Amino acid sequence: MNKDKMARQFTEAIPHARALAMQIDHLGDGVAEMSMPYDARFIGDPDTGVIHGGAVSALLDTCCGASVVCHPASKGGTATIGLRIDYMRAATPGQRIRTRAECYHVTRSVAFVRATAMDDDSDRPVASATGTFTVESGA
Amino acid sequence: MSEGSFVKPRGGRPEPVQVVKQRRDAALNALVHGVPYIKYLGIEFDRRGDELTAVLPFDDKLIGNPLLPALHGGVTAAFLEVTAIIGLSWASLWEEIESGRIDPQNLVAGNLPRLPKTIDFTVDYLRTGLPRDAYARAKVNRSGRRYASVHVEAWQDNRARAFAQATGHFLMPRLDG
Repeated sequence: MNKDKMARQFTEAIPHARALAMQIDHLGDGVAEMSMPYDARFIGDPDTGVIHGGAVSALLDTCCGASVVCHPASKGGTATIGLRIDYMRAATPGQRIRTRAECYHVTRSVAFVRATAMDDDSDRPVASATGTFTVESGA
Repeated sequence: MSEGSFVKPRGGRPEPVQVVKQRRDAALNALVHGVPYIKYLGIEFDRRGDELTAVLPFDDKLIGNPLLPALHGGVTAAFLEVTAIIGLSWASLWEEIESGRIDPQNLVAGNLPRLPKTIDFTVDYLRTGLPRDAYARAKVNRSGRRYASVHVEAWQDNRARAFAQATGHFLMPRLDG
């Protein structure tokens, strides 16, 4: 099965990714781009309508995982070991959240990933993440 | 020690326990239920005095790996972050309510304080989140006028075996609005 198809199945088979209506926008070698629509159910600050950081985290985590799965050295699924997220600013209400993750180094056991989350203004990221993920050894 | 025994007598006599409990629970409910995303995930807070335990009842939509099955790492992160924010906000509200500076009726009427904003949040995934209810508690390690540092632990069946923990820094809401 090709990497592209595998990663698509990987994310589309994830109930929580479906629940948040996450979609894959692009996949490359060790690179993934995913996005998620604005949804009033995911508001974290009722005064401003800004999406909760937790929902942005879920998208970043999924996108990071997808970048690991489509890295040439990956043989299967993955799980998060650690994830740090920096929140630079509030995402603008009403706009899609887009994330881009890059799996920049893989050892036999660990994949290292960095990612960015943006809204319509790509010059000013909403959040950035760095994470470590497991690497499956078998088929 | 039973709840309410710390409460300073107002007007000379201690308030009945039920009145005190009701006031505190109403304030907590107003804080928690005002946030749509908390409702979406189904998180509730169990209160014993000033201590809160967040409860995340299991639901199929929280699954990240359908083969195991396991909770989604993003759900775990979100659960920990919600617990940290509510825990931090509650700790400062508690002081305000007990000292009489804030009237809980005001909170229930929708005049809620601004919530702390997450600056950074680091999650440590210790073991797989199983497809059952999860619990979490936050510990405010430092809460200053502008910044706060909070540690959170989440567990499932066994309190001593956390499945995830996190540390985060938060920007406190300005008191002058």
